[in-house]
Amino acid sequence: MAEVLLAAKAVAKHFGGVKALRDVSLSIREGEIYGLIGPNGAGKTTFFNCMTGLYIPDGGGFDFAGAPLKADAPHQAAERGIARTFQNIRLFANMTALENVMVGRHVRTAAGVLGAMFQNRATRAEEAAIRQRAEDLLHYVRIEDRADDLAKNLSYGDQRRLEIARALATEPKLLCLDEPAAGMNATETEELRDLIEGIRRDGTTILLIEHDVKLVMGLCDRVAVLDYGALVIEDVPAVVQKDQRVIEAYLGA
Amino acid sequence: MSKWLNPRSAFGIALIAAALIALPFVAAMGGQAWVRILNFAILYVFLALGLNIVVGFAGLLDLGYIAFYAVGAYTYALLASPHFGLHWPFWVILPIGAAVACFFGVLLGSPTLKLRGDYLAIVTLGFGEIVRIFLNNLNAPINVTNGPQGITLIDTVAFGDFRFSGTSQVLGVSLSGPQKYYFLLVALAIFVIIINLRLQNSRIGRAWQAIREDEIAAKAIGINTRNLKLLAFAMGASFGGVAGGVFSAMQGFVSPESFSLIESIMILAMVVLGGMGHIPGVILGAVLLSILPEVLRYGVGPLQMALFGKMLIDPESLRMLIFGLALVLVMRFKPAGLWPSPERKRELSEKRAGAV
Repeated sequence: MAEVLLAAKAVAKHFGGVKALRDVSLSIREGEIYGLIGPNGAGKTTFFNCMTGLYIPDGGGFDFAGAPLKADAPHQAAERGIARTFQNIRLFANMTALENVMVGRHVRTAAGVLGAMFQNRATRAEEAAIRQRAEDLLHYVRIEDRADDLAKNLSYGDQRRLEIARALATEPKLLCLDEPAAGMNATETEELRDLIEGIRRDGTTILLIEHDVKLVMGLCDRVAVLDYGALVIEDVPAVVQKDQRVIEAYLGA
Repeated sequence: MSKWLNPRSAFGIALIAAALIALPFVAAMGGQAWVRILNFAILYVFLALGLNIVVGFAGLLDLGYIAFYAVGAYTYALLASPHFGLHWPFWVILPIGAAVACFFGVLLGSPTLKLRGDYLAIVTLGFGEIVRIFLNNLNAPINVTNGPQGITLIDTVAFGDFRFSGTSQVLGVSLSGPQKYYFLLVALAIFVIIINLRLQNSRIGRAWQAIREDEIAAKAIGINTRNLKLLAFAMGASFGGVAGGVFSAMQGFVSPESFSLIESIMILAMVVLGGMGHIPGVILGAVLLSILPEVLRYGVGPLQMALFGKMLIDPESLRMLIFGLALVLVMRFKPAGLWPSPERKRELSEKRAGAV
């Protein structure tokens, strides 16, 4: 069995009286595509936010690649190798597509103010490498011809792709996609599916939150189902699909 | 760097250089007062570009920027005047002034990290006033700042025996004091312009821009927003400190009165009016807002006398009237500033290319 990349241990989060997450424990193995599904309000995005440091969990915690993840330190999560996209796309709207991806290289590069001021050889080389990598990534998600357009002028599907490219620029071990297929038509979803499979083939583990059950069941190696903030089941799609509790909570509804 | 080698840019740069060299001599024909006005315009360019790092690049609305200018000015004044009997050389004090201002920048920045927009503006506004009030009252129990009387007889800039006050011969050309300061200021302004340009297209500049656009997304891709915001505050403040030092030396006199809220607002207005985050726009804004009031001062009085035979409106109140009107008009017709960044141009050319 492959190594566990991310282990959630009894993660709890409540907002006032609402228990958004009730002691959720699950484990994502290296190299798999892991689906996280559940009805609206089940706590999927809250789980994401706890993991990426945007929320501080009220209980429990995460182990990532063998060491605990620090809570309340989103930039450190990215540094450790967790990248994410957002349910409601959050691009840097007034920067070009290329610049968006170039910013993504921030955490893997080092040039500081002095480097920028003096434009020494190392800084220039790094800048060229950043640009090159960003161009490659735009090519990888197949929006290279939109490189100089402002992010806000891209089509919806291209914005989703750009967000993935930006996340990939941080060289993640674990790529978390929050409803990437939302609002996409059948063709776009199919293309997205190819893209996700390609990313996995290239060695990145993927955590996928998705409403499109067909996509999740076809794509994921294992699936976890959340309902009212609690984990219902974590297993391969074939088992999850047949589980009575899941059908009640989600699929049959 | 290849763009510098293209003949058209080279010609443009030569033209600008020639104009910059000729300017103080042309202005001197109208009297040394005009050279001083020119000097202040360049000092404001310097200040506006410093503030541009904070407001334009990192998107942090700072209404207390003048405080750093004040800190720099007083640092110079205290270390190079009879007040404490210290007369340190200019090039020693300038970095100290920058460092002290930088420290105050971090001091202001650290408690305000979680604030944005209006809230940040209010806190920074308060900070600016606190510094001014401190300067006004620090004459007791120990006389540090000499209170509202200010500090006088501040040393002029000097490199060895070459002093910046009074007339002297340089390469066979007779230069007055303000003209010498002009060249010093131009050199400093070019320095800050280059730093602005280089920062804008760097890893740090992009990270600032990302924070301005969407702080949460910036955090999620691993940008340490706390450190980068502090860096923006610190850098902006350092430039303010340097400008303050030069101001102090040039004037020979500082008092708390020079660092009022309206000064902060004017510098912010220069940045916003010119085109936030766009360096040529900010320069334009600073030059316009610092020269126009003087033109009014010298133009409106005589004009009214000639037309009506008496003064109907005094130039000072007319200045605020026109200033307010100009701001309203710019916000209405050019909300991105008089000379905004070429993003829009880029979009337009994109459309044209698409149509073909």
